Amino acid sequence: MKILVCISKTPDTTAKIAFTDNNTKFAEAGVQWIINPYDEWYALVRAIELKEKDPTTVLHLITVGGADTEPIIRKALALGGDEAIRVNAAGHDSFYIASQIADVGRQGSYDLVFTGKETIDYNGSSIGGMVAELLDMPYVSLATKFELNGITATVTREIEGGEEVCEVSLPLVVSCQKGMAEQRIPNMKGIMGARTKPLKVIEPATVTELTSVVSFQLPPVKAGVKLVSPDNTAEMVRLLREEAKVI
Amino acid sequence: MSVLIFIDQAEGHVKKASLEVLSYGAKVAELLNTSAEAVVLGTVTEDLSALGKYGVRKIHHVANDALNHFDAQVFTNVIAQAVEATAAKLIIFSNNIDGKAIAPRLSAKLKAGLVAGAISLPETGNGFTVKKNVFSGKAFATISLNSDIKIISLNTNSYPVTATEGTAEVVALNATVNAPKVRVTATNKVTGDIPLSEAEIVVSGGRGLKGPENWGMVEELAKLLGAATACSRAVADVHWRPHHEHVGQTGLAIAPNLYIAIGISGAIQHLAGVNRSKVIVVINKDPEAPFFKAADYGIVGDAFEVVPRLIEDVKKLKGLS
Ligand SMILES: Cc1cc2nc3c(=O)[nH]c(=O)nc-3n(C[C@H](O)[C@H](O)[C@H](O)COP(=O)(O)OP(=O)(O)OC[C@H]3O[C@@H](n4cnc5c(N)ncnc54)[C@H](O)[C@@H]3O)c2cc1C
Ligand SMILES: Nc1ncnc2c1ncn2[C@@H]1O[C@H](COP(=O)(O)O)[C@@H](O)[C@H]1O
Repeated sequence: MKILVCISKTPDTTAKIAFTDNNTKFAEAGVQWIINPYDEWYALVRAIELKEKDPTTVLHLITVGGADTEPIIRKALALGGDEAIRVNAAGHDSFYIASQIADVGRQGSYDLVFTGKETIDYNGSSIGGMVAELLDMPYVSLATKFELNGITATVTREIEGGEEVCEVSLPLVVSCQKGMAEQRIPNMKGIMGARTKPLKVIEPATVTELTSVVSFQLPPVKAGVKLVSPDNTAEMVRLLREEAKVI
Repeated sequence: MSVLIFIDQAEGHVKKASLEVLSYGAKVAELLNTSAEAVVLGTVTEDLSALGKYGVRKIHHVANDALNHFDAQVFTNVIAQAVEATAAKLIIFSNNIDGKAIAPRLSAKLKAGLVAGAISLPETGNGFTVKKNVFSGKAFATISLNSDIKIISLNTNSYPVTATEGTAEVVALNATVNAPKVRVTATNKVTGDIPLSEAEIVVSGGRGLKGPENWGMVEELAKLLGAATACSRAVADVHWRPHHEHVGQTGLAIAPNLYIAIGISGAIQHLAGVNRSKVIVVINKDPEAPFFKAADYGIVGDAFEVVPRLIEDVKKLKGLS
């Protein structure tokens, strides 16, 4: 069994969002970078659990990014996994990134590819589906549970107002969200071990980007809150009906 | 350059999100001086021709029972055949759960650039650009689609459903439908509730409510307003509420017309999931709670006194007391 987990680097959830270069670049100064929470807490931890259950499992991590992603991928290796692959390319076009991951996926003949539900900066929720298509594999998105029995996976996925349980034979691509696993903290042994785990750097395949970012904008600032006295809830109801027109 | 809209349905019923994309797609077609067509898969129990009132002229229906269960790979294949049959250059999805699974696959299959999470109509003044949400609702990006075929996934609740008049011609589309590899074995619906992702009003509670036994008033207020209920992550983590109700950065991102937050501090990760709401009301006993900065209306007070009063006032409004 071979598993590939897709790891991306995102600004910390509390990072100040600002832009530079005439609003064409995210202002990185002073920003703390983290492993995208969905990749770390759900995709990676669930994959590690599968390996703990079946130690013959080979677990690889992949990131598409510049050398600045290495601290993130080392931190991911400290949680678990046998080796990491970094495709040395920057860029935000989902198709470009997915094509790089699919290339590595094809060469490595993985049985299972896990991604996070979405990156918290670009919010594409796209890479998993694209990788699945490029690898001609089935795709179960927004999974909240994943169990494996031989080569049959039982996956629970979110649907509107509930969930759906399905069965799929491997190989398979799954995007992971809350419910899949519980967050873990890397321990000292993991951190020390991660230093010597292989981190292969490979050059990207030539792929034409299909989209590009023209500019970023910050949302307009709110006018400020209109406070109503706690004794006058009737006034709140009136405002919501007559001013905001939402009830 | 015709526009093809994907109509998402479940159990034979067209989803509200589909009405949004039909309205949006018809407007886009008008801006591009072309016609809007749509495709729908599986058995539908509603009158499809009536969807013409949202501006679509022709609906291609692949009424194969094998499409009554969702498999992103099979759906993508069928939609690709519809794209070919209609020679569409722009395909529009809702960025809802199914859209998030199919649109990226179709993008990779057709080498068609995708804007996932669009929030406005495209601009064609300088290339073809669409605005989308980034940084979990904390910013927007204008994305240029540089490919010949283009795909837009529209965020839910970001374009109004606009009905006028007209009927659509419904035609059967003869497509090859592969056997699904994903076999659905069970569907667990949270019965009776309004799906959170589709709700126009959401009433949400946080740790300030002290315990699950106090959710009665949240549910009562929600019921009166025809709202869905939600909660903060802190609340889902201690199992006061089911995890599918958790909104925020790591939970569901919603964009209702009205979001009422009761006893929630308004941590940045919580705001990331709700800041696209049109109107935010905050009830919190701490005037310094960060949520007030993101709110439109607020009450500084004890939820256990304020909410029961609010319920009485809403009852009066609805003529129930
Ligand atoms: C990476 C990361 C991701 C996260 N993702 C999410 C997410 O997706 N969603 C999410 O919600 N959180 C998320 N969090 C957690 C978030 O930071 C907060 O801890 C959480 O939102 C707090 O929940 P709360 O507001 O219910 O509780 P608290 O912070 O404890 O706030 C309770 C509030 O209730 C008020 N209160 C108390 N008693 C009363 C009363 N009687 N009447 C009225 N008000 C009262 C208090 O003044 C306080 O403001 C995330 C955190 C991290 C680090
Ligand atoms: N640059 C990247 N390198 C590796 N994996 C990525 C990268 N970007 C996104 N992913 C994976 O794809 C998932 C969805 O990302 P997105 O489509 O950008 O929202 C993430 O949660 C990651 O698992």
